[in-house]
Amino acid sequence: MSMTPAVEFQSVARHFGTVRAVDGVDLTVAEGEFFAMLGPSGSGKTTCLRLISGFERPTAGSIRIFGQDVSRVPPHRRNVNTVFQDYALFPHLTVRENVAYGLMVKGVDRRTRMARADEMLALVKLPDYGDRRPGQLSGGQRQRVALARALVNEPRVLLLDEPLGALDLKLREAMQDELKALQRRLGITFVFVTHDQSEALSMADRLAVFNDGRVAQVGTPAEVYNTPRTRFVAGFVGSSNILPPAFSTALGGPAAWVSLRPESVRLVPWDRSVHRGAVRDLRFLGAGTRVQIDMPQGELAALVPAGLPLPAPGDSVGIVLAPNALHPMEGEA
Amino acid sequence: MTAAPTAAAAPAPAARAPAVLPDRGPGDRLSRTFWRRPGLLTALLIAPPLLWLGVVYLGSLAALLAQSFFSIDPFSGLTVREFTLATYAELLKPANLDIILRTVTMAAAVTAGCALIGFPVAYFAARYARGRWKALFYLGILLPLWSSYLVKVYAWKLILAKEGIVSWAVEGIGASAILNAVLALPVIGGNSLSTSYLGTWIVFVYVWLPYMILPMQAALERVPVSLLEASADLGATRWQTFRTVVLPLAMPGVAAGSIFTFSLTLGDYIIPQIVGTSARFIGLMVYQLQGTAGNIPLAAAFAVVPIVIMLVYLWLAKRRGAFDAL
Amino acid sequence: MRSDARPPLALTLAAAAGLLFLHLPIVLIFLYAFTIEERTYQFPPPGYTLQWFAVTWNRPDVWPPLYLSLRVAAVATALALVLGTLAAGAMARTRFFGREQISLLIILPIALPGIITGMSLRSAYAMMEIPFSTLTIVLGHATFCIVIVYNNAVARLRRLSGNLVEASADLGANGFQTFRHVILPNLGSALLAGGMLAFALSFDEVIVTTFTAGQQSTLPIWMLNELVRPRQRPVTNVVAIVVFATTFFPILLAYYLTRGGSETAGSGK
Repeated sequence: MSMTPAVEFQSVARHFGTVRAVDGVDLTVAEGEFFAMLGPSGSGKTTCLRLISGFERPTAGSIRIFGQDVSRVPPHRRNVNTVFQDYALFPHLTVRENVAYGLMVKGVDRRTRMARADEMLALVKLPDYGDRRPGQLSGGQRQRVALARALVNEPRVLLLDEPLGALDLKLREAMQDELKALQRRLGITFVFVTHDQSEALSMADRLAVFNDGRVAQVGTPAEVYNTPRTRFVAGFVGSSNILPPAFSTALGGPAAWVSLRPESVRLVPWDRSVHRGAVRDLRFLGAGTRVQIDMPQGELAALVPAGLPLPAPGDSVGIVLAPNALHPMEGEA
Repeated sequence: MTAAPTAAAAPAPAARAPAVLPDRGPGDRLSRTFWRRPGLLTALLIAPPLLWLGVVYLGSLAALLAQSFFSIDPFSGLTVREFTLATYAELLKPANLDIILRTVTMAAAVTAGCALIGFPVAYFAARYARGRWKALFYLGILLPLWSSYLVKVYAWKLILAKEGIVSWAVEGIGASAILNAVLALPVIGGNSLSTSYLGTWIVFVYVWLPYMILPMQAALERVPVSLLEASADLGATRWQTFRTVVLPLAMPGVAAGSIFTFSLTLGDYIIPQIVGTSARFIGLMVYQLQGTAGNIPLAAAFAVVPIVIMLVYLWLAKRRGAFDAL
Repeated sequence: MRSDARPPLALTLAAAAGLLFLHLPIVLIFLYAFTIEERTYQFPPPGYTLQWFAVTWNRPDVWPPLYLSLRVAAVATALALVLGTLAAGAMARTRFFGREQISLLIILPIALPGIITGMSLRSAYAMMEIPFSTLTIVLGHATFCIVIVYNNAVARLRRLSGNLVEASADLGANGFQTFRHVILPNLGSALLAGGMLAFALSFDEVIVTTFTAGQQSTLPIWMLNELVRPRQRPVTNVVAIVVFATTFFPILLAYYLTRGGSETAGSGK
């Protein structure tokens, strides 16, 4: 395996008139990686995906795919395939013909490409659906067809644009596992775009968090979750408390904006801690209960795991923080 | 690269094909050029139709305008290709102004007739018809819209003929007295329906009716039923709801439809020839002047009149939002 | 606007009367093709016969106009298909400078009354001293047929999500392959519908044609002459039926080809 990155962005910008959709992005996706681009809508993540597939051309900067500059390479000459958000299956072709499309335009003979298409359909667990039309399939089935249609071309990089966005919760969780397993088995580099932080955290090897056309942070899910670099990342990934410097110092932390995970806050009887507050509100979340506490410096959320005793609204409680729970972040103080 | 023999054996991992593929031929090279310069393809696509319309259509319109500023030599009958306003001066003679006024009045009357007869059809189709009936209604309006204009006009020649179905029906139900009373009315009356303004008007309304129904229906389709319920909820009677909610919201559709009925009536020269008095209309003047009379400049000047009227009409309609219903 | 309430009786009657008013006159054309009375339009016809179909078949003056009409309609439709599709392709692709103006220019030939198109062409031919021919008729017909094809094609292209074209390129197809394998199959029925409508429109067009035909007769011009100076009246009815059928079936087909979309054919003649 070479050390050449699968995808490399160098100061890439894409402007639409005065709108800076992508504004100076540096990124490296390693070969064989499951890479997520996470961000709210309009953050530039989808434009970055379209820059890799070639549907957008950078205003500035350069993009390399396996070391090759692709600034002059149109989409149909890039060995990169996409699973579109709405799947974009061809309505006039059967499922099998859809899957075989990429091979057909490459000039693979009919018998071979139909056989390959059937193999791919078996791989995505739709072995008997080849003769149907896309319109006769459910959302989850269409998604598998879109996946098969892309994978049959053996792309060097597979791009997935909000691949699970249109599926209901149960199906989405099942597909997450399947996608992950498929990626491990094929060893193809996956780059997928999502606005769902839990999806990105659970599936990706590494992820980039996008904000306002820039990358706010790149790292493993654990790095991004535990040590968010900016207030935006802390707010977008997970459900951290974001505390101003005064609050932080009051809790014994550094004089900077800090993030504090609710699960790092432990509730104790009020006389067992110097940090005290009054319970304002409780929210049951299943695996735990989120407790909102009014502190002298402001509001704070704590997560009490299921099974532990819960305070009542209005109770005075003390709080104890886990070691290194206060994580300082970049940005103005 | 060999095909995997079974489904279980996935394609071998990505150590193989290059990330960037070379062009396969001229098709790929051209596609690459279009990808790098998207404007080039758009320009190539639009050029032929633009050239056609620019030369054939706009060129002809320019020729029309130019001809209207030429004049005809009274002795030789040939067109004098020099700029003059004499042709327009002739156009504004009282006899010709009468023709213009008559045509505009007819166009207005036809528009009103189409709106009155068409409204119930459009309202029913938009509000009550559904499923198969909806499709049937739609086809029922669409087919007359597209079916042969001349056949439709011909049908009315049969209907209004002296010995035709109208006379037969009127006699059959003993209503001759009523028909005669109507025909005895000044201006719109005449010897028979086929030789009166009333007859001309009926045929015009018939032929242009679908052009009025479709935009009216489109406008009515957009009225949410909750609006009617809200009105009823607020205590309005059915008639009050209709008058204060439905009618105003249908008006843009009526205005859009009236653009067609008005414009088409202004330019028609066949219906007044087949059914009606021998009185002339703008279209008929254009037709006769360019044909038997050989006076193309005056014919052109007459043809400019509907353009001017329609431009004013469109401007007024636009101010009332008629284009939203198109 | 949809309502579950039952329509008032008066409205139902008025709507039904309106629809009958639109359709009954056409029925009479058929009826009179079978009458034995050839000098007047006597109603009810004194007797019925099939002889007029044979008479029409044997009338030598009917055939050349029919051929001319078919030829003109075929050529005009072919031209309109090419030009209308190109225009739709450009307009559906991107926004560009002058887009609104071009869209107006495409629509203008049917937005303005036919007599203006006709008289304009007549003026141009007179100025450039172009003699009347089949070509002069075709020029006019193709001009107002472009918009028919354009309307159908542009509506379909808009519905054909841009993603399909991108998906095709993504899978390795160049522009020509995408056109052949994705755009054309999806556009096909819309083009067929547009072509049908253009053919129907051209086949029975008379207003523009009289200005551009000179001494030649298309079938509608032949009919117009018969209307003004009738000879064997039932023969005119037989020809009218032929004209009606030649336009009716393409229109019906066009409707079924484009049904169910926002672009149902013919909603903008």
